[in-house]
Amino acid sequence: MSAKEESWQRAEIAGPKKALLILKPEVVGAMVKKAKRPILVVGHLAAEEYSKSVRMIDYAVRIGKATNMPVVATAHTVNEFIKEGFPATSMSAMDIGSRLADSEWKGLDGGGSYDLALFMGLPYYMEFVILSGLKHFSTNLKTISLDRFYNPHASWSFPNLSVKDWKENLETILAKLGEDRKDVNV
Amino acid sequence: MARKGVHVKIDELKSDFGLLKNFELSVGRVIEEKWTEPMGPTPFPSVIALRDWDMKLLQRYRPFYLPYCDVCCLCTFGKCDLTQDKRGACGLNMASQQSRIVLLACCIGAATHIAHGRHLVEHLIEKYGRNSPLDIGGLNIDIEAPVTRLVCGIKPEKLRDLEDVLDYCEEQVTRLLSSTHTGQEGSNLDFESKVFHAGMVDQVGMEVADIAQISVLGFPKADPEAPLADLGFGIADVSKPTILVIGHNVPSSVGIVDYLTEKGLAGKVEVVGICCTAHDITRYNSMAKIVGPISWQLRYIRSGLADLIVVDEQCIRADTLIEAQKVKTPVIASSEKNCLGLENRTETPPEKTIADLVENRVPGVLILDSDKVGEVAVETVIKVAPKRGKFKIIPEIEKIIEAAKECTECNECRRACPNDKPIPEAMKAAAKGDLNPLAEILESCVGCARCDSACPNDFPLHSFIVKAGEEKLWKEKFKMRVGRGAIQDVEIRNVGQPIVLGEIPGVIAIVGCSNYPQGGEEVAEIAEEFAKRRFIVVTSGCAAMSMAMVKDEEGKTLYEKYTGAFDAGGIVNVGSCVSNAHIAGAAIKIANIFAKRKLRANYEEIADYIHNRVGAVGLAWGAYSQKAAAIASGFWRLGVPVVVGPHGSKYRRMLLGRQDKPEDWYVLDARTGDKVYVGPAPEHLFTAAETKEEAIVLLAKLCMRPNDTSKGRAIKLTHYVDLHRRLFGSLPSDIHLFVRNNTDIPITMRDEVVKVLEEKGWQEQMIPDPTLLPRLVREKKG
Ligand code: SF4
Ligand code: SF4
Ligand code: SF4
Repeated sequence: MSAKEESWQRAEIAGPKKALLILKPEVVGAMVKKAKRPILVVGHLAAEEYSKSVRMIDYAVRIGKATNMPVVATAHTVNEFIKEGFPATSMSAMDIGSRLADSEWKGLDGGGSYDLALFMGLPYYMEFVILSGLKHFSTNLKTISLDRFYNPHASWSFPNLSVKDWKENLETILAKLGEDRKDVNV
Repeated sequence: MARKGVHVKIDELKSDFGLLKNFELSVGRVIEEKWTEPMGPTPFPSVIALRDWDMKLLQRYRPFYLPYCDVCCLCTFGKCDLTQDKRGACGLNMASQQSRIVLLACCIGAATHIAHGRHLVEHLIEKYGRNSPLDIGGLNIDIEAPVTRLVCGIKPEKLRDLEDVLDYCEEQVTRLLSSTHTGQEGSNLDFESKVFHAGMVDQVGMEVADIAQISVLGFPKADPEAPLADLGFGIADVSKPTILVIGHNVPSSVGIVDYLTEKGLAGKVEVVGICCTAHDITRYNSMAKIVGPISWQLRYIRSGLADLIVVDEQCIRADTLIEAQKVKTPVIASSEKNCLGLENRTETPPEKTIADLVENRVPGVLILDSDKVGEVAVETVIKVAPKRGKFKIIPEIEKIIEAAKECTECNECRRACPNDKPIPEAMKAAAKGDLNPLAEILESCVGCARCDSACPNDFPLHSFIVKAGEEKLWKEKFKMRVGRGAIQDVEIRNVGQPIVLGEIPGVIAIVGCSNYPQGGEEVAEIAEEFAKRRFIVVTSGCAAMSMAMVKDEEGKTLYEKYTGAFDAGGIVNVGSCVSNAHIAGAAIKIANIFAKRKLRANYEEIADYIHNRVGAVGLAWGAYSQKAAAIASGFWRLGVPVVVGPHGSKYRRMLLGRQDKPEDWYVLDARTGDKVYVGPAPEHLFTAAETKEEAIVLLAKLCMRPNDTSKGRAIKLTHYVDLHRRLFGSLPSDIHLFVRNNTDIPITMRDEVVKVLEEKGWQEQMIPDPTLLPRLVREKKG
C-alpha cells in the first residue's frame, strides 16, 4: 500500500487540517522522548489478534515498559494488561478523551497536563471522533495514532499499512526508545 | 380536519410554587377541566421555561464534542473552516456548531414522532370519531398520559384532546428548528438546553402516538402477560403468498389484516413485518409475524420471500423499490413521508391498481388510504405470488466461488463496511470453497450493503454473505412478547419503594435500533445479565427483537424465561419506538404515584426527583437514527443517563460527569438546605461504551443515586463490584466515591473494600434528602 493521507474507512474525511504521515517511525520515538508528559491510550482491539499471534497489546506493554509512560486501558482492556502483569489505568475512551481535552486536567497522577497522547486499538470510527475532539478542543496536546490505519484527526498517523510493515514500524519506534529487546518474542 | 384553539387562562393561581398571575396560554380550544390538581409552574413550557434546570444538568454533565468534520456548510457564506478556535463567517465556533447539529438531529427525530402521532390521531379520529375515549389500561391505570400531564398540565381524555397536545409539540419543534438558522443561537449551552427541550417534546409526541393507537386499536393494555409473537427469518410459511410490511406507522398494516379477516383469507396469506410496524401489527393481531429488526430488510427482500412489500414511514431503506424490482416484488408506499417516486393511486379504483401491479405495468404505487392499501395489497399478492415463484437474487454457492476467484483483494469492501468486516479475507477463503468466513460476517453485519456499492467488480457482497449464512438464518424461529404498552399504576406502587430505596438495583431500559458493533446477541446477553440479577429490564423497538433472537439449551428465549411484569427480574417489552414514552412514564409515575410529588406541569421537580432517586439507565446499543437521538435527549432532561454503543460516538457529543471534580457532586439536603457531597451518582448523562463488557459494568454503576439507602447502595455496589471484577479483572478504582458510610459496604466484600477505602483516605459522608432545586428545601437557613 502506498503511503497516502487516505482514511482507512473511505467516508471518514477530515480536513482542512489532517494528520501528518509518519513516514519515518523513528521520529515517533524521538517525539516520545522529547515529550515532557506522554500518555498511551489502548483500546480493546489491542487484545485481539491482528494476524497469527500478533497482538497490539504486546507492543503497548513494551512501549509502556520502555518509556515508563502511563498507559490507559479503555473498555475492559485492563483485564488483558492485568494478565500481562502490567499496571495500566482503567478508564473509558470517552472519559480519557474528555479529560485530555481539558487543559486544566492535571493528569492521572496530578503531575500536570499531558503534551503527547498516543492511541492504539480503539474501533477506527471511535478513535476518529475522539481524535477530532482533541484536535479541536485541547490546547497543548499533540496526538499520534499508532494503529495500522491512517486516522486523519490525529496530529500524526501511520498511513494504511500491512501487518508486516506496521510491525516493523513499531519495532523501529521501540528501538529508538532504547528498548532492551532480548526478551522480546514476536 | 379543523381544530379549535386551546385557551387556558388563569387570573391568579396559588400553588406550592408561589403565585402565578395573569397566566394565559393559547394553543387551541378551551380544555374541559376535570383534573382537580392545581396547575404546576410550567404548563406547555416554552423553549426557555426549563432552561435553568437544563443548565444545572449541563454544569455537571459537560458536553464533550466529537466533531465529525471540521467545516460547516449550512449556508452560502461557507464552507467555513471551524478548526480549533476558528470561527465561521457568521461568528459561530466549533462547539456551537456541534451542538447545533445535535439539535438538528433531535428536531428531526422529534418531528418524525410528532408527525407520526399527528397522522395516527387524524386517521383514528376519521375512523373512530373525535370523542373516542383514551384507555390504555382500564382500571389498572389512572395516569393515562404521565408525560403529557407532566409537560402540558392537561389530562387528555379523548382522542380530540391529543390534537391540542400535538399543536403544542409542532409549534415547539418549529421554534427549535428556527434557532438553528444562521445568526440565531450562538451559545453551545443554549443549543444543548434546546436539545433537551426537543427531547421532552419528542417524548410527548411519542406518548400521544402510542396512547392513541393502544386506546383505539385494541393493543394490549398494560398487560404483563401480553401474548408471544413469532419472530425470525424462518418463521413464515412462505409457501403462501407473503406480504412484508416495513416501517413504523401501523394503519396500512391494520388495513391488510382487517381485509384478510373480513374476506376470510386469514391463514391463506402470510403477513410479516420488519421494524416497529412489525411490533405494532403483532400488538394488533396474532396472525402477523415478525421477521426482525431494520437490518433484516435487504436479506429478506433479496431472498425473494416477500411477494409484495408495503412500506409506511421511518427507517425504510431508500432503495427498497430498486431492490424489490430486482426480485419482481411490487411495492405499495403508504405514507406521504415516503412516496418513493410512485404514482398516487389513492383515488384510482382498486381493481385497476391491482391489475397494473399484477401485470407489472407499474413497479409500485402510492396509496394514502389504509383500507385501500389492505384491499390492493391482499388481492395483488394472491395473484402475484404464483407468478413470482419466490424469485430471488441470492446467488448459488458456485456463483460466489466463481466471483471470489475474481476478487482482487483491493479492500474497498472492507473500507466501506461500518464494522470493518474482513470481507476480502472471506472472499479469499470462498475462492477455495470455504464459505464459513463469509457466513461468520453475517453475525455482525448490519445489512447496509455499503460493501456492494464499494466493490469495483460490482459483486453483490451482502447477498454472498446472506447465502453463506443462510443455514443459520433459516433456523431463526423465536418468540417475542408483544409490546404491552404502559406500566400499571399498581406495578408502580409495588416497585416504587424498592427502586427509590435502591433495593431493586435499577431499571435498565434497552432500546433503540440495530446498528450493533458485534451483532444483536450482545443485547440479549446484556439483558439477561441484568434480569438474572433482579434488575427490571425494559425494552422496545429493534432492541426488543434482538433480545428475542437467542435461545438457551432448552430452546427458550428470554421472553419465555422471564416475566413480562414490571418487577425485579422482569423483561418488559413496552412495544415500538413510540412506546418508549411509557418508560419515561414509569419513572414519572414513581415520583407521582409512589412519592406523591405533584405531577401537573411540574417538570422540574419531577425530573429532580427522578435524577436523584430513580436508578434508571437507558442503553441504546445499536442507536443510529435521529429519532434515537431525540429519545435519548428526552431522558437527559429527566436526568436519566443514557449509554450508547460505540457507533453512538458519532452522535458528535457526550455529556460527561467528572468524578475527579468533587465540587460537581454536591446536592442540597432538602431537610436543611445544607450542601452535601454525594459522589458521582449518576456519573454521566450520555456516553458511548466501546464494548459490551464496558456497557454492562457502566450500567450497573449508573444505577446509583444520591437517595439510595445504605441497604440499597450496598446491593448496587455488590453488582457493580462483582461485574467489574468479572469483566475487568479487578476491583473498581472508584469504589470509595460511592461508599458514603460503613453500612454501604457490601458485607461479602467488606475486607477488600475497606482496604481500598483506607488507601484512598476515604471519609464518611451523610445521606441527604437530595435535590438540586433550592425551592424544594423545606427549612431554609439564615
Ligand atoms: S452557518 Fe456560519 S459557520 Fe456555517 S457555513 Fe454559514 S457562516 Fe459558515
Ligand atoms: S452489508 Fe454487512 S458486510 Fe457489507 S458493509 Fe454492511 S455491515 Fe459490512
Ligand atoms: S471490493 Fe470486491 S474486489 Fe475488492 S476486495 Fe472486496 S470483494 Fe474483492
